[in-house]
Amino acid sequence: MPFLARRLARLAVLLVALIALPFAGGSASAQDISAPLAKLATDSYADTGAAIAELAASGHPRAAAIVQAIQDGKLEFDAASHAVVIRGAASVVDAATGAAIATPPAGLSPVRVNNRVRTALAAAVGSLTLMSPDPVKRREAADAVFKSRDAATLPILEAAIAKEGDARIRLALQVARAAVILTKPEASDDARVEAAATIKERGDQEAVSLLRSLPEGSAKRVKDAAEAAAKSIETNLALWSSAQNALYGISLGSVLLLAAIGLAITFGVMGIINMAHGEMVMIGAYTTFVVQEVIRAHAPGLFDWSLTIALPLAFLTSGAVGVLIERTVIRWLYGRPLETLLATWGISLILQQSVRSIFGANNREVGAPSFMSGSLDIGHLSITWGRMWIVVFALSVFVGLILILKKTPAGLQMRAVTQNRAMAAAMGIRTPFVDALTFGLGCGIAGIAGVALSQIDNVSPNLGQSYIIDSFMVVVFGGVGNLWGTLVGALTLGVVNKFLEPFAGAVLGKILVLIFIILFIQKRPRGLFALKGRAVES
Amino acid sequence: MTTDIAANAQLYLDDVRVSFDGFKALRGLSLTIEPGEMRAIIGPNGAGKTTMMDVITGKTRPDSGEVLFEGGSVDLTRLDEAAIAELGIGRKFQKPTVFESHTVEDNVYLALKADRGPLATLFHRLNAEEARRIDEILATVKLGDRRHELAANLSHGQKQWLEIGMLLAQEPKLLLVDEPVAGMTDAETMETAALLRRIHDSGKSVVVVEHDMAFVRELGVKVTVLHEGGVLSEGSIDHVAADPRVIEVYLGR
Amino acid sequence: MIGHFLVKGLDRGVAITLLVVLAIGVLIPASNLLLPEGHALHVPTYLLTLFGKYATYATLALALDLVWGYCGILSLGHGAFFALGGYAMGMYLMRQIGSRGVYGNPILPDFMVFLNWKELPWYWHGFDHFGFALVMVVLAPGLLAFVFGWFAFRSRVTGVYLSIITQALTYALLLAFFRNDMGFGGNNGLTDFKDIVGYNVQSAGTRATLFFLSCLLVAVGLLVTSAIVKSKLGKVLIAIRDAESRTRFIGYRVATFKTVVFTVSAMLAGLAGALYVPQVGIINPGEFAPANSIEAVIWVAVGGRGTLVGAIVGAVAVNWGKTWFTGALPELWLFALGGLFVLVTLFLPKGIVGTWSAWTAKRRAARDAAPAAAE
Repeated sequence: MPFLARRLARLAVLLVALIALPFAGGSASAQDISAPLAKLATDSYADTGAAIAELAASGHPRAAAIVQAIQDGKLEFDAASHAVVIRGAASVVDAATGAAIATPPAGLSPVRVNNRVRTALAAAVGSLTLMSPDPVKRREAADAVFKSRDAATLPILEAAIAKEGDARIRLALQVARAAVILTKPEASDDARVEAAATIKERGDQEAVSLLRSLPEGSAKRVKDAAEAAAKSIETNLALWSSAQNALYGISLGSVLLLAAIGLAITFGVMGIINMAHGEMVMIGAYTTFVVQEVIRAHAPGLFDWSLTIALPLAFLTSGAVGVLIERTVIRWLYGRPLETLLATWGISLILQQSVRSIFGANNREVGAPSFMSGSLDIGHLSITWGRMWIVVFALSVFVGLILILKKTPAGLQMRAVTQNRAMAAAMGIRTPFVDALTFGLGCGIAGIAGVALSQIDNVSPNLGQSYIIDSFMVVVFGGVGNLWGTLVGALTLGVVNKFLEPFAGAVLGKILVLIFIILFIQKRPRGLFALKGRAVES
Repeated sequence: MTTDIAANAQLYLDDVRVSFDGFKALRGLSLTIEPGEMRAIIGPNGAGKTTMMDVITGKTRPDSGEVLFEGGSVDLTRLDEAAIAELGIGRKFQKPTVFESHTVEDNVYLALKADRGPLATLFHRLNAEEARRIDEILATVKLGDRRHELAANLSHGQKQWLEIGMLLAQEPKLLLVDEPVAGMTDAETMETAALLRRIHDSGKSVVVVEHDMAFVRELGVKVTVLHEGGVLSEGSIDHVAADPRVIEVYLGR
Repeated sequence: MIGHFLVKGLDRGVAITLLVVLAIGVLIPASNLLLPEGHALHVPTYLLTLFGKYATYATLALALDLVWGYCGILSLGHGAFFALGGYAMGMYLMRQIGSRGVYGNPILPDFMVFLNWKELPWYWHGFDHFGFALVMVVLAPGLLAFVFGWFAFRSRVTGVYLSIITQALTYALLLAFFRNDMGFGGNNGLTDFKDIVGYNVQSAGTRATLFFLSCLLVAVGLLVTSAIVKSKLGKVLIAIRDAESRTRFIGYRVATFKTVVFTVSAMLAGLAGALYVPQVGIINPGEFAPANSIEAVIWVAVGGRGTLVGAIVGAVAVNWGKTWFTGALPELWLFALGGLFVLVTLFLPKGIVGTWSAWTAKRRAARDAAPAAAE
């Protein structure tokens, strides 16, 4: 740790010195760069490194050009005369003055560079560009001072603050200056109290630890001010971290929603216990894999469209498998839920093994299109675009499903059949057809969930297994037969899970959620949004 | 004053209210059954007949109101179904439900009044007295010759009778009988009426819920008409049949 | 009561099965120990162990059949009770290793030394006594089943809801036992056993004894479940299965009955697990996997739920098939198992034994009817 601190301090001195270059123009001592130039002519790595640091600290107007020349391999020296020159495209100029040299010495050789020198160069060059317009570099310099808190940098910092045009960087510079003042026991108490307030603006964990590490013997009011600022930051940070947890929770909730929403149809609306539901999700994921393989082989340019292409195909594939299962097995078992459970479990085993036989037991690589890479940052919040899109996608699927059920004739028939089969049949609805269609819809939706989940989970034959229990928990928790219940259930469980994780860890959090649901079902056996009344119990 | 009534009643309901998700199944139902009384309850669909039975037998908790048994000594709203059954209230469901995988005699055997605890049932042996009771009950409901058959093989009417037999085996003080003659032939209906009267004559209180007016007339007892979760009219069958409100409810307009 | 039951209560199928199980329990170990290798009737040790495993599975199936076949409670978490019994026995076996472990710690099992634990967690105390471990084998699963049942059945959670939460229960336990800090060996579970009540678990004599005990447990389990099923209590259970609410209205406390039978069943499953562990030599969290529990359900379904003999037949038949498939055609086993689930539910709802007894009953009825018609 002390080693790191020393390195940081040295870097900070270097950076601040570089910032100060334009302002330090009048100082006579800063003008003299003959010493570092002489070191550059000794052909020693150690001297070269030292020379670069001295140059950067010198504030000399030629420093930038010389450092750049070393990096470009264009700084040359004459071992005999100790002359140091920069070789241009057409001419040779004197390193110290920039004046052209008509007859350069004959024995010029380039100043050599090794890794240590390169490190010094990188720091110096990086900081020199910071002088020029790049605000990112300027900000880094400010942060370096914040960490080093070297009192020597104070006058330069103040000059930099006066000149800085970017408000955010100016704040960073001011915070850095405040950090220096706060930790300087000689500074006046007023200045230090004010500094504590400035540091509060930084608002992160590092600011808190700085505020908590005042030097011995600081006045009580300084300590109190620092502690108050630290407390305030911590409250603020706790808020942000809650918001971040909520965001993660919504993200997890939308994954649960995707996994469960098809089940909300087959189990929730139709009352069919489809233990092969997870495998419908898996089939959707493998459809995505196949689509991407085909695109990679035949039309690489379409890769960004791979998920869009996979969506309808996954819907159709899983939906078709669903209809097949319904027609061949489930329809013989209506009214016998426990048997349906067992038969569909058998089907899930068969589907898993089929996929394992075709694609192998190992995980398959499914790529992300470019628009899903990277992450979205707002304030202290961060979420990957992949996760963000899944949230959007899950909600879209939900809304789409509600619309299908509520606004289309097919949806009307589905609701009619599930509410009163005999009456629906009497009114001329082909109930077996509607059964197959509804079940196919639920499975198809599981398939498109698989497209999305292929982006965040391993695509393997076991993919479905990991979702089946969670999905049932969501549907049962939310209340069977109620799509809104599934939405609320999924998001609640997602958020609760993520809020438990920091305290309990991921696995224990999950266990606690499971126990919570088990207890919850005891209390409200029909879920959060249960239908009540006599009719339900028959 | 209500306590006086309650103190003399076998079953006493006062201002009972039940609602499901906003639907008011019972809106202030009040009813008194005297010890040893037989009462017929009629009413259109949705009048609250089955909900009333659910409240009495502990299946549904009322939102408010009093449900008292045995001269007001027992508050039924605090007890569960099993406790209420053990107190002596037997119930026959609208749809006949017998234990289909058991023989006819086992159905009655299970219903016989005896200790209902798990341990007691584990070590219970059929004794001579119980065997005699089973014979007697099977004779009463005319199923003696089918006693070894599975209940699943009985006809609809026979299941209804078996269920009444199971009710008798419980030796209840009050019988709640929900549509006992639904799906029966006329002859069976008349026989059932006679059976219920015999049960009544043996000193038990009986509440019969029924649609069939001919059957209610055959019973010849006081009739209560329910409508929209409350009592619409009460009296002899001729009295209620002449009540203009009853006519309006039944005939519409 | 027992005498009365043995004379009158036992039906023929159960009596025959009892005799067969006990005969196997004696003859197979005898053949393994007494006949020389290479003799035509010699049963090799690996088969002895395999059959011993089947016997513990058969007991688990009996336990499951009692709740599912007779009381309509489809538990998808019975593997959890089996595994808990197994862990209780495993903890005893771990303590018996003593200082013979890799790290030579006389008190702490190897995995605790590896995790840098300094002392034995409180719940490991007492497991060095065989008697205590035996009590826990029954008590741990029984207690879990009682608490779970108490809540679930009193709240009237039934049917598939109950099935799903039993599955969640075993899943939660699976996740929990995977955790190292639970103190049950995490991922690797408990293994490397040395002794059981002073005898080497690997020795031929111990294996033979364990096999006999497994068969004895099947027999005792069959006797006990049969006694329950034949009693008035058993009739109440069937009544609950067929018409729960009717049973309640004639005065039986359904929740109490369910809790009792669920607890008894869990205890039996725990005993089976306890005999399973020393024979296979390991217990790990994988035993809690929901797939295991649901596989046990299919044993019962294949054999015939609601017939105790069927549970035993189904467990042995399906596991025999599994052994054969995973040896000969490993990639086809899941197809076969999956197909079994579908075919049995669609075409053989009564299972092998149920279908057989229905068929023989019909034949008997026809035979009885024939002379009557001739008269």
